Amino acid sequence: MFLVLLVAFLILGGGAGCSPADRADLVLHNGPEPETIDPQILTGQADGRIASALFEGLTRFNPTNGLAMPGLASRWDISPDGRTYTFHLRPEARWSTGEVITADEVVWSWRRAVTPTTAADYASQFFCIRNGRAIVNGELRDASQLGAEAPDARTVRVHLENPTPYFLELVASRVFFPVPRKAIEQQGDQWIRADPLPCSGPYLLEGWRVNDRFRLRRNPRYWDADRVATERIDILSGDNPSTALNLFLKGEVDLISDRKIIPGELGPELAQRPDFQRFDYLGQDFIRFNTTRKPFQDARVRRAVAMAIDRSRITARITRMGERASAAVTPAGTGGYEPPAGLPWDPSAARALLSEAGYPGGRGFPVIEYTFNVGSRIYEQTGVEVQSMLREHLGIRVELRPLEWKTYLAEMSALNYDFIRGSWVGDYDDPMTFLDIFLSDSGNNRTGWKDSRYDRLLQTAAAEADPRRRLGILRQAETLLVEEAVPVTGLYSHVGLYAADPRKVGGIWANRMDEHPFFSMRRLRP
Amino acid sequence: MRSWIARVALIPVMLWVVATLGFFLLRAVPGGPFDRERAAASREVEAALKARYHWDEPLWRQYLRYLGNLARGDLGPSLKYRNHSVNDLLGQTVPVSLSLGAMAFGVAMGLGIPIGAVAALGRYRWADRVASLLTLVGVCIPVFVLGPFLILVAGLWLEWLPVALWGHWNHAVLPTLTLGLYFAARVSRWMREGMQEVLKSPHVQAARAKGLSETVVVVRHALPVALLPVISYAGPMLADLLTGSFVVENLFQIPGTGAFFINSFFSRDYTMMIGMILFYSLLLQVLNLGSDLLLRWVDPRIRA
Amino acid sequence: MSIEGSSPGRMAWRRFCRRTMAGVSLGFLLLAAVVSVLGPWVLGVDPNQGGETPFAAPDARHWMGTDIHGRDLLARVLIGARISLMVGAVGAMVSLVIGVGWGLVAGWRGGRTDAWMMRLVDVLYALPTVVWVMLALTLFETRGLGWLSERWPASIPALRLAAMMIALGSVSWLTMARVVRAQVLSLRERPFILAAQAVGVSPARLMLRHLLPNLTGVILVYLTLTVPSVVLYESFLSFLGLGVRPPQASLGTLIADGASQLNPIRVRWWLLVFPAGLMALLLAALNAVGEGLRSALEPRDER
Repeated sequence: MFLVLLVAFLILGGGAGCSPADRADLVLHNGPEPETIDPQILTGQADGRIASALFEGLTRFNPTNGLAMPGLASRWDISPDGRTYTFHLRPEARWSTGEVITADEVVWSWRRAVTPTTAADYASQFFCIRNGRAIVNGELRDASQLGAEAPDARTVRVHLENPTPYFLELVASRVFFPVPRKAIEQQGDQWIRADPLPCSGPYLLEGWRVNDRFRLRRNPRYWDADRVATERIDILSGDNPSTALNLFLKGEVDLISDRKIIPGELGPELAQRPDFQRFDYLGQDFIRFNTTRKPFQDARVRRAVAMAIDRSRITARITRMGERASAAVTPAGTGGYEPPAGLPWDPSAARALLSEAGYPGGRGFPVIEYTFNVGSRIYEQTGVEVQSMLREHLGIRVELRPLEWKTYLAEMSALNYDFIRGSWVGDYDDPMTFLDIFLSDSGNNRTGWKDSRYDRLLQTAAAEADPRRRLGILRQAETLLVEEAVPVTGLYSHVGLYAADPRKVGGIWANRMDEHPFFSMRRLRP
Repeated sequence: MRSWIARVALIPVMLWVVATLGFFLLRAVPGGPFDRERAAASREVEAALKARYHWDEPLWRQYLRYLGNLARGDLGPSLKYRNHSVNDLLGQTVPVSLSLGAMAFGVAMGLGIPIGAVAALGRYRWADRVASLLTLVGVCIPVFVLGPFLILVAGLWLEWLPVALWGHWNHAVLPTLTLGLYFAARVSRWMREGMQEVLKSPHVQAARAKGLSETVVVVRHALPVALLPVISYAGPMLADLLTGSFVVENLFQIPGTGAFFINSFFSRDYTMMIGMILFYSLLLQVLNLGSDLLLRWVDPRIRA
Repeated sequence: MSIEGSSPGRMAWRRFCRRTMAGVSLGFLLLAAVVSVLGPWVLGVDPNQGGETPFAAPDARHWMGTDIHGRDLLARVLIGARISLMVGAVGAMVSLVIGVGWGLVAGWRGGRTDAWMMRLVDVLYALPTVVWVMLALTLFETRGLGWLSERWPASIPALRLAAMMIALGSVSWLTMARVVRAQVLSLRERPFILAAQAVGVSPARLMLRHLLPNLTGVILVYLTLTVPSVVLYESFLSFLGLGVRPPQASLGTLIADGASQLNPIRVRWWLLVFPAGLMALLLAALNAVGEGLRSALEPRDER
């Protein structure tokens, strides 16, 4: 009886589970299964990579340097005050289902993004467009008030609140992608599962199996289809780094596009290999202090702890991939900006500060907890080092508190921690994407720290038309943030890594935006 | 007979109990499906998102809505994978886990029962030694060590088998072994135990006394009774196997249900989590019923 | 009282000692327990103290090498063995006491009592173990621990460990109950039990003196399976961030750490081999002790 059952299972399950899959021309490993691939809704990097294979913005990222280059718009004009952009759409820009992509559709898509009921987490990227903030905040109910219009079928004009040096790169990002209006009006939320799905990017969606793969085929109606040299791409989903590496070493995967799915503990060895590319990346790890309760209410205590952490020891022993140790919040070189140095590593000055705050030699200092999220071994290992540094230099006892992701987020938002690991990846190449985290009314602040001086400095910088003066003001603000008030102290700037053998995969370059567009990517014939 | 009908009738009640427990216990855990590292663009956006999933309603109304949908067989939308419903996700992943689980079950039984039986018969001889060694290795090497080891040897050094993914039959070999060996060790342990007990029992000695050949005694009289502990263990084991293993599916990147047990808890994907609990629970009850029926059939002395 | 010399306990002990493997194993287990409790102290090395030589291979100074922080692996393996042995012992004890009691009563009473008791087991069974444990530990971590830690901040790691052992014990008794019940169901129809019943032996005495000894085999098998599975389960939970708190270690977490050494790029074998080796030895010893106990306690071997 068991045997019969077994055979039945084998045939049934086998039939449904195993379909022979032949190898695509190019196989990518993309990391975790995307939560959604709707360009306006998505937030994850893995999600964004799929969306950018299927859709394109008015501009697109240049694969060599991550800056904007012409996409669906062939050219644009910028007004002398830097507040009005006029984009001219290509006449050959079409959906894969044949319809022309019109300027109206572009404006409609952007209004979709800012309408609160769409629930787009990245709607904040539209704050730089006139009325964008008011619509997203619900102060203006009418999304057509957004400062974007279509004077004719092929022209999109945008009015900005402030001159925004990074606006062209913003337009290349996912949340600005035009989406097929007709499909969405017909099918609502689930339009993305339509078959065939109208695409504007270099590839079409041919298959999607959860936790397995996306199968993409070259889009013959893509305006730049001649440059797309690969017929079929498989994009694998999976979150085990060792598995991704094994697949890559066996040649079943040509490209691992995400640092997070390359085994961290092998990073230093892998970074030496010719088939792994290392580059500086727009991300930063830091520590938040809870400024609303003892002992970190006191800025002196925060500064003391910041000065007792030897960051170069963490980068040399734990992360080990050439990360730049930094006590600031913005990675060096972001948008041509040089961040302040932050507080130096100085244990004796730290001890002096601590006794000034009433804890000479750490006496009377409460037991505090360092909270971090479970995910990478590196977070735990960093915690162990911080723990031993504070014990050694300040005589403080620290307990480590690992939390799973959602509890970690909930405890951080509720300010239910002493000090906590944090990190941020920039959305665009400008210090503002890091510095506006710590505005008084920012939902991302999560330290309880509010300072009107800081808010004013960022406002002044946003309105400043001269780029150099603007960066100067931002630097002043960051100095206040990381050297004086210290609700946050930096640890190190991230290093990006992707795996691709340059003899096998072409059209992909390292850049600090970690943008690797699909139109140029191709498998080289041996 | 009536008690069996009662047990079958009890299954929907149990599913309801489990769904209710899951629904309210999960809500007690801090953090929600819509909490993200990047705060929502505005309060309005956050409110709109919650309204879309009826999160703005009082809890009892959400519960009734959930039960109503459940009664129609709709497990609701996944709160994490926004382009998929729970039914859709389960529909895609369950067949994979079922087939992997069934194969691993085959390995567990196919290896475990003979090894255990032989070990019990040839006590104090080499068979026993070999069997205990195998069992010991199987029990105390965790799957997350055995799996990478098999991959390293058979996948990367010898290059016999693929290291991961799912599609061709040869993709199934390593995961089936990894999962199956672990359970085979347990099965053989139970089998040996059952066999040793039975061989000493008066019932078997009586059979021997009647002058039956040793083979007949073992196969006809001893084996059915010796299988009792294995059968009790088989129900829950099969349920574990068929609902997918987190470690093995993650390691071999197999698109089964195993990932959802852990991940839907960590992402607070409540609907998906309850869907998984219900799926597991249904399977387990059916299999337990099956294993009890089988016990009764094998050993008529048991009155259940 | 002249028959004292051949009391069942004495006889069992003598039979146990006759099996050398069992004796050696018991000695080894006791030694391991003593070493893991006293060892770190005798060794004079703080298992949580980092050093300047990360990833040192085993040498005269660090017999088992060091880890990424330069911590001495020998000290960590010893302290890890202590926690793992404790987790395994407590988890197994909880499952032994609840599971055997439950299964014995259900199987013996039969009928309605049995049906209801087993339905309760089924409900608990129907909640996947891992979900239940994750729920319990997360709730404890966020709702319970805050309150406790304000009063006794120094006891956080111990409290967490205790919570984990209770959570693990509370799920691992279910299989035991089922197995014992199935065995009792078949035993209670055997002639010797029926005979005892006929001469009017009280139910309590019947269970303890006649049923229980016949269950030792099953129970011991189950225990030798429970201890490793509890120990391994703990490492899985630690891997998910719900187990022991770093910088504490258990054998399970050390093995989980070491498992990443099974890669084709670079192998630091000592990080896996030592903790996994000790774990295998401990479990093998446990197994042999179980075997020894079994043959010592089994009533029918006397014939």
